[in-house]
Amino acid sequence: MSSSLIIGQYVPGNSVIHRIDPRSKIAIIFFYVVIVFFANSVMSYGVLALFAIGASLISKVPFPYLMKGLKPVWFLVLFTFILHLIVTKQGDVLISILGWEIYREGVVQGAAISLRFFLLILVTSLLTLTTTPIEITDAIEELLGPLKKVRFPVHELALMMSISLRFIPTLMQETEKISKAQASRGVDFRTGAFKDRVRAVIPLLVPLFVSAFKRAEDLAMAMEARGYQGGEGRTKLRELTISRRDIAAYIVFAGIVTALFLTRS
Amino acid sequence: MDITFDQVSYIYQPNSPFEYRALKDLSFSIPSGSFVAVIGHTGSGKSTLIQHLNGLLKPTKGTVTLGEYQLKAKEKNKELRELREKVGVVFQYPEHQLFEETVAKDIAFGPRNFGVNEGEIDRRVNEAIQATHLDEELLERSPFDLSGGQMRRVAISGVLAMNPEVLVLDEPTAGLDPHGQKEIMEMFYDLHQKKKLTTVLVTHSMEDALAYADQVIILNKGEVYMQGSPLELFKKQKALEEVQLDVPEVIEFITKANEKLGADIEYTGQSIADLAKEMADFVRGGRDHE
Ligand SMILES: Nc1ncnc2c1ncn2[C@@H]1O[C@H](COP(=O)(O)OP(=O)(O)O)[C@@H](O)[C@H]1O
Ligand SMILES: [Mg+2]
Repeated sequence: MSSSLIIGQYVPGNSVIHRIDPRSKIAIIFFYVVIVFFANSVMSYGVLALFAIGASLISKVPFPYLMKGLKPVWFLVLFTFILHLIVTKQGDVLISILGWEIYREGVVQGAAISLRFFLLILVTSLLTLTTTPIEITDAIEELLGPLKKVRFPVHELALMMSISLRFIPTLMQETEKISKAQASRGVDFRTGAFKDRVRAVIPLLVPLFVSAFKRAEDLAMAMEARGYQGGEGRTKLRELTISRRDIAAYIVFAGIVTALFLTRS
Repeated sequence: MDITFDQVSYIYQPNSPFEYRALKDLSFSIPSGSFVAVIGHTGSGKSTLIQHLNGLLKPTKGTVTLGEYQLKAKEKNKELRELREKVGVVFQYPEHQLFEETVAKDIAFGPRNFGVNEGEIDRRVNEAIQATHLDEELLERSPFDLSGGQMRRVAISGVLAMNPEVLVLDEPTAGLDPHGQKEIMEMFYDLHQKKKLTTVLVTHSMEDALAYADQVIILNKGEVYMQGSPLELFKKQKALEEVQLDVPEVIEFITKANEKLGADIEYTGQSIADLAKEMADFVRGGRDHE
């Protein structure tokens, strides 16, 4: 339990990557995700990897954190790689093991897909690792701004996001606290028959729900008491601003895109 | 149950950027049957310390010994269950742990988990609500329909019903009205004496520490800053102020009075009435000499 993360995935820091405007980061990563699918030569993959690894190094986020994002999907990556090895039957036969023939194209395509996965996860983790959830929410609200014209509740959506984000750590702390209290009263969450373990969840869930509802009520009341009335005419505490850093980031990214298209085969 | 901490350190989230050393080489011992107050600024590690008393946390380094149980880094304990039955913990805001349909069921939850038989459970539930001054009528009510103070008493009853040998209290009176605070502390002290419990009380109240504890442990930034009898410690006003702690009002008053009157009255735990008499005698005595 104690190894669980406290505040989302964000790793505090003061690097250039941390300080780039979150809108710029989201925009650049969005386009990066698109152009990853354009790479088709060793050189072009090299260019993409250079960008992702370079940004990771500049961010000074410890390596294990970058790899954490890979944990839930490495199985998928491995699976697609092996699938390619088995299914693709183009090019020369490289080796044959127990009657299974592994083709050159299989290895190449498998490696390419895995590399794509890896790069995508690396850059998206880098976004959440270097940007606070609140910044991301603000940026999404701004980027979706135009949708307000068609009466899409952008502000409410952003508010819901930031409230949920705000309460994730609180709920996690609460869960830890209550499970400790119940463990002290003899509940065993770890061992025992499956049926008993399911039953052990009730003393944890009931207090959690009770407190979550209570918090929601308190929050609603506090917001009303302070005259909250939605996005109309509301100003922001943290104004997002585009600085020279952002311009530089866009230029570097434009360079990467150009290099990518030059190195495509 | 004798409790010993030997060079205990605890690190939250080790090997991560959030790594935090909450306890640093703590060593102290609590003899069986004593009443110990743990005092310290917010964040000094009090709650972390008490979670070592029933194996919720295990030391990152060092050893915690409770009676015949030993908690050590990287050692799996099989008898944690027995330990948890013997060490009752009342957490901060314990009313947050209530969940059953009725008060009676919630109080019975602990003993039932530890396999106590039904007749004995009934007896313990009744004994517990008597100790906490809960009305018998409330037993069949939902705990969520009660007042905050009543919920606190139900939660405390739930821990008492486990019949623990060691009672660990983490700021048990936080957020109660002054009258309720006094009543609950008196109740704990009463039980401590009647049942010969070993009691560990985390508190911000110097008054409570002075009134009930035989031994005080002052934590600062995860280290034992001072340790000793309350009368001894509370004389060291300078050292206490250094870690943002006040001395109890009585002692502060006597110090000030001594300065003003040029007296040297010493606080040895006497009652307010005795103290007043002592002071009056001094003042009168002073006049007689003139
Ligand atoms: N689960 C946790 N993860 C990381 N740090 C924690 C955790 N729990 C407590 N801490 C930190 O350990 C320190 C001591 O906390 P705690 O023992 O709760 O102090 P106290 O009870 O004296 O206020 C605090 O600085 C707190 O931020
Ligand atoms: Mg605490």
